[in-house]
Amino acid sequence: MSTNDLKTAGLSRRGLLKSATALGAAGLILPASVRRAMAQPKRGGTIRIAFASGNTTDSLDPATWDSQFVQSFNTARNNTLTEIAPDGSLVGEIAESWEASADAKTWTFKIREGVTFHSGKSVTPDDVVASINYHRGEESKSAAKPYVDPIDDIKADGQNVVVTLSGGNADFPFIMADYHLVVLPSADGKIDPLTTDGCGGYVLDSFEPGVSVKMSRNPNYWKSDRAWFDNVELLSIVDAAARQNALITGEVDVIDSVDLNTVALLQRAPGINVLPIAGNQHYVFVMDTRAAPYSDNNVRQALKYGIDRQELVDKILQGYGEVGNDIPIGRQQPYYNTELEQKTYDPDKAKFHLKEAGMDSLNVQLSVADSAFAGAVDAGVLFSERAAAAGINIEVVREPSDGYWDNVWMKKPFCASYWGGRPTQDLMFSVAYQGGAPWNESFWDNARFGELLVAARSELDDDKRRAMYWEMQDLCANEGGTVIPMFASYVMAHTDAVGIPEVVGANQGMDGLRAIERWWFA
Amino acid sequence: MSVVWTMIAKRLGLGLLTLFVISIIIFGATELLPGDLATSILGQSATPETVAAIRKELGLDLPAHTRYLNWLVAALQGDFGTSLANKRPIADLIGTRLGNTLFLALYAAAIAVPLSLMLGILAALYRNTVFDRAANALALTSISFPEFFVAYILIFVLAQSGLFPSIARMDASTSFGEALYRTFLPALTLTLVVTAHMMRMTRAAIINLLASPYIEMARLKGMNPMRVILKHALPNALAPIITVVALNLAYLITGVVVVEVVFVYPGLGQLMVDSVAKRDIPVVQAVALIFAAAYVLLNLTADVLSTLSNPRLIHRK
Repeated sequence: MSTNDLKTAGLSRRGLLKSATALGAAGLILPASVRRAMAQPKRGGTIRIAFASGNTTDSLDPATWDSQFVQSFNTARNNTLTEIAPDGSLVGEIAESWEASADAKTWTFKIREGVTFHSGKSVTPDDVVASINYHRGEESKSAAKPYVDPIDDIKADGQNVVVTLSGGNADFPFIMADYHLVVLPSADGKIDPLTTDGCGGYVLDSFEPGVSVKMSRNPNYWKSDRAWFDNVELLSIVDAAARQNALITGEVDVIDSVDLNTVALLQRAPGINVLPIAGNQHYVFVMDTRAAPYSDNNVRQALKYGIDRQELVDKILQGYGEVGNDIPIGRQQPYYNTELEQKTYDPDKAKFHLKEAGMDSLNVQLSVADSAFAGAVDAGVLFSERAAAAGINIEVVREPSDGYWDNVWMKKPFCASYWGGRPTQDLMFSVAYQGGAPWNESFWDNARFGELLVAARSELDDDKRRAMYWEMQDLCANEGGTVIPMFASYVMAHTDAVGIPEVVGANQGMDGLRAIERWWFA
Repeated sequence: MSVVWTMIAKRLGLGLLTLFVISIIIFGATELLPGDLATSILGQSATPETVAAIRKELGLDLPAHTRYLNWLVAALQGDFGTSLANKRPIADLIGTRLGNTLFLALYAAAIAVPLSLMLGILAALYRNTVFDRAANALALTSISFPEFFVAYILIFVLAQSGLFPSIARMDASTSFGEALYRTFLPALTLTLVVTAHMMRMTRAAIINLLASPYIEMARLKGMNPMRVILKHALPNALAPIITVVALNLAYLITGVVVVEVVFVYPGLGQLMVDSVAKRDIPVVQAVALIFAAAYVLLNLTADVLSTLSNPRLIHRK
């Protein structure tokens, strides 16, 4: 065994332990004897966080929040109707409670009283309605438009907000936790999208796009057990080495998106902790199921058997992730199909499916760029090398990163893509797998899948719902046009001085974008 | 002296024409890039309706020449408009960043220009000695490495030991001394990158003159070699040296985006790159014009100084 092999083995073993810990933290409650004594959260200090994202073109407009930098700082500045708790359940934020009609079509949210904006104005149901309406309608420029499109009507009713949907949706309150849908102050039924006001735990002091954000604690914040830091400084450090150096030299306390190629070096640095969280983020290779040869399900199956998933997790994610099973649902999600057979690298089965499709060999082009996901080009090359054993010749086409989502994604028949994952199964399937959905990247249109999706959405019986979701996952894995080889953990790092809750949110990076208000200085 | 004034007036006029042509080229080039602001801001989340709504609001659905003329008319009145992406006035976006860029450029130049002139003169004086070879080898080595590599080496040696900060963070409250300290590593990186060019030009220009008869004469008089170079050779070698210094100063203003990224320094380069990536054309135009103006003005300054250093050009018959 060469040194190189040893290193890789060590890494993936460590990675396995790490993700096991993260899983435990996300799902299980450890017995008190095992639980590490955690310092109680306390107030004070200035937290400095460096993000890999952030752009000079960033805006305060909630329609445009496209990177973890703007999303995190605006989640600290604002509240949403609901919040996804670290364990994945849903809790109220601006909404104190909510209830659905029997068909899950009408939802009534009771708005919390006594919450104020930083300007001193009270948060009213009218503000909530105006904030949601900003993302709806013909004129909407919002990336969240497809989420709020099913809303037929939204109106204030006393201290309540009543939402009527075009069809039943048992998961609707989860949608209201989306980071775009923050509550902003309104006047005459309109919000000012560029306002600096907010109702969250931190008041915006300065915002220099692409450089930094400074915030101070909101003294009137309604949550007593949140927002521990007195001041917050967020920096945009796009260069991976500069970000890691900033952490090592003590210029910042926390960094997001650790570069996986050098994570071993970061772990050797004293006083630094690497924090991997297994979540729903997954990397995919997607086929256009309308176009030959991908219109033949046997070809799709052949490609799914021709990829070595474990190798990708080991080499592209350095062990910080899990193998995927061609379903966009994370293992920790409640309706994950545990009985679905895990696909593994099997050139014989791939050959069998090719033969079924009437082919001896297959020549395809795979379009990749690192803007699809970090390491997409290398992953494409590994895919190509392994698939060759099954008679599948994949020509990896390196596309420009600039403009990838506009010119390659959903245009080229076979390309790389990624999904940050969605908090509910319904949302993930509706956004990217339902026939005709705007982001259905494989253009897959399965009648049975569509029926089940609509039925499960309004089904309030848990067992029936589970059965439907399991069948949908089966369809997705065995007929769908998306190869999902790996789920990538969110890998962050922080210094010893930073206190982290026992359970860290896995729905998005940075503790579900809420590290700023959930973490503290130990 | 009237020769100089005529030249300045002519060159400024030509400079304005250059800026105009550059604005057309930049606009056209940005138009040629695939996609526009709407698609690049929405990225993976784009739907045809939202893209159309953004285009309509920002007037991106108008034909290209209409948009260019609208921009030109406003720019001629001194209004560079607002960023399409975040609606901030471009003057605000550029203001502090231009200050930062000029500060770093001047800081690096204040180290690099005296250093390279001195090394160049000494290398000419002691040419073909160990000193000359060593200075040349070092300068060529540092210019041959990519900038980011030089930067990483400096961070590894000087920042990880705690001597200097690895990121050059500055805000309005940073004092001048503190700013010098915080930006020392980026300034040093740039110094290492530009020194070789200026030093070797100084050396070559002086050595070129040392074969002239009037230098022979000075030597035969028994003059001290240092005095020969400073008093007799250097004034006649100034023109090429000034040109090279001006070119390098222009580079320090316009070409340092890699150093800005590595040291997280908020300068114009980063703004330009981000704005091109997001197709935020008004910002791209404004920054490109600043860069072009820097080249035009520095070249003009170099020509004026070269003319002044040469009596034959001033007192033309």
